[in-house]
Amino acid sequence: MDATASTTINAPAHTIYETWCRFDQLPQFMYHLETVTPLDDRRSHWVAKAPAGTTVEWNAEIVDEVPDTRLAWRSVEGSEISNAGEVRFEPAPGDRGTEIHVALSYTAPAGALGTAVAKLFGEEPNQQLRDDLRRFKQLIETGEIARSDGSPAGTRARNKTDQEAAQPAENVDQEAMA
Amino acid sequence: MRANCWMGTNQVEVQDVPDPKILNPRDAIVRITSTAICGSDLHLYDGYIPTMERGDILGHEFMGEVVEVGSGAASKLSVGDRVVVPFPIACGACLACQRGQYSVCENTNPNAPLAEKMFGFPTAGIFGYSHLTGGYAGGQAEYARVPFADVGPLKIENDLSDEQVLFLSDILPTGYMGAEMCDIKPGDVVAVWGAGPVGQFAIASAYLLGAERVIAIDHVEYRLAMARDKAGAETINFEDTDVNQALKEMTGGRGPDACIDAVGMEAQHGSGVIEAYDRVKQAVRSETDRPHVLRQAITSCRNGGVVSVIGVYGGFVDKFPMGSLMNRSITIRSGQCHVHKYMRPLLEHIEAGRLDPTFIITHRLPLDQAPNGYETFKHKEEECVKVVLKPGSTASTDGSR
Repeated sequence: MDATASTTINAPAHTIYETWCRFDQLPQFMYHLETVTPLDDRRSHWVAKAPAGTTVEWNAEIVDEVPDTRLAWRSVEGSEISNAGEVRFEPAPGDRGTEIHVALSYTAPAGALGTAVAKLFGEEPNQQLRDDLRRFKQLIETGEIARSDGSPAGTRARNKTDQEAAQPAENVDQEAMA
Repeated sequence: MRANCWMGTNQVEVQDVPDPKILNPRDAIVRITSTAICGSDLHLYDGYIPTMERGDILGHEFMGEVVEVGSGAASKLSVGDRVVVPFPIACGACLACQRGQYSVCENTNPNAPLAEKMFGFPTAGIFGYSHLTGGYAGGQAEYARVPFADVGPLKIENDLSDEQVLFLSDILPTGYMGAEMCDIKPGDVVAVWGAGPVGQFAIASAYLLGAERVIAIDHVEYRLAMARDKAGAETINFEDTDVNQALKEMTGGRGPDACIDAVGMEAQHGSGVIEAYDRVKQAVRSETDRPHVLRQAITSCRNGGVVSVIGVYGGFVDKFPMGSLMNRSITIRSGQCHVHKYMRPLLEHIEAGRLDPTFIITHRLPLDQAPNGYETFKHKEEECVKVVLKPGSTASTDGSR
């Protein structure tokens, strides 16, 4: 499973790079992730959401790091799920901020775990990654994720056919928003 | 609180719903003192805008008093401030906002993927205007949550009445932007299709921007009378007049220098065959919009002139006169209004007495009578031009704020 997406963010590459490098913050905008815990300078422990409340986990290590330009990581040898990610930061022309290009790749093993991994991104992996980048852009440019009554969790393509009515909720489910 | 909810085509109901809460740091909660029904609300009422959900709170023209401010908006707004709220929700930080194109803000539509499928790129969030524009609860209610409250709301710090400033939320800037896009030069004749509230303000704005003459086109006689008597336009009733021919004769054969479409997707017109074609195609959804005005604005505009589109379109149109547009060097400009950009300068025009937007108001109703307001407005009963709703003019009995 491969996914690619890009966006342009109205901020200097340095700011965006620094924010992305805080791996523990990634789940704030990458909704398929539950937690990312840094283990040391190069390694981190990733927990992703899987169907029926289960999770899949792996350790990842940074394989390339060019400040303000490129960051690449991949799962360590022997992980149940082999995966890799890369994000590139390029100045957009004419003072338009910074272009972000992201590529993720997951190799699903056979069996139940493989099915779980396939479901992580549903049928539209590019769309989900685009949503992740939309939320990332919102966080950098505005400091918050846009929430409405119809979409209290913010941008989420899979909710597009499953909207709440646009009226205030009795109780805002903080869990659902995370 | 009480709120006017969309319950299906031709059905709105004032219901008890939960009060809004602050969801994000830059939110504020506004207690609404005046709110209005917009012509574009009728597109929702008539069922022509997709992605409405039963229970959606309507309304995108509102003002009131700030009763709660999130930490991120506290530097700009305080509890007790009196504010007019612009209908597009804009972040102020993205490239679109920084260019002044607030209605295409890149960050405020949580349903961007949906809008992207429909339009290619998403638009900004809009209060009370379908889930395509974000699924935000609207302002035909006692209270509203206003996101990015440090960017949008305009503080009113003098004793102007609600009715004098309410329309800064949408229709006055929309009419003004329609005229501004015409790039009016001395001697210009501007034609405006639609003598509804936005059309009336487009006429007034065209004069403000230096138009020599403004010609209004409609078929509702009392609205044409308002355009003549209050906004100062010459008028054409398309029921009994060939519009293209009349415009030529009124401009010495040149055609108007600029044409404003203040009607949009539900145009009615006299030409039976083409109207029947549009109505059938719209009914079976193989054409979402009836673009008669747009066609006529293009074919009657002078060579090299400008067609300015502020009437709302939702999707696709047929029989678009591309040949006339291309071969005659017509420029077409359009957009949902970038309200934030126009609010302050237009407030100054109101303060200085150069504009008095109250002349369009024909109906004032308590919020609880919103359903009657929609019916009266839709069917143009009682010479209705604009309905202003007053929340709280019947007592709330449940003790909620």
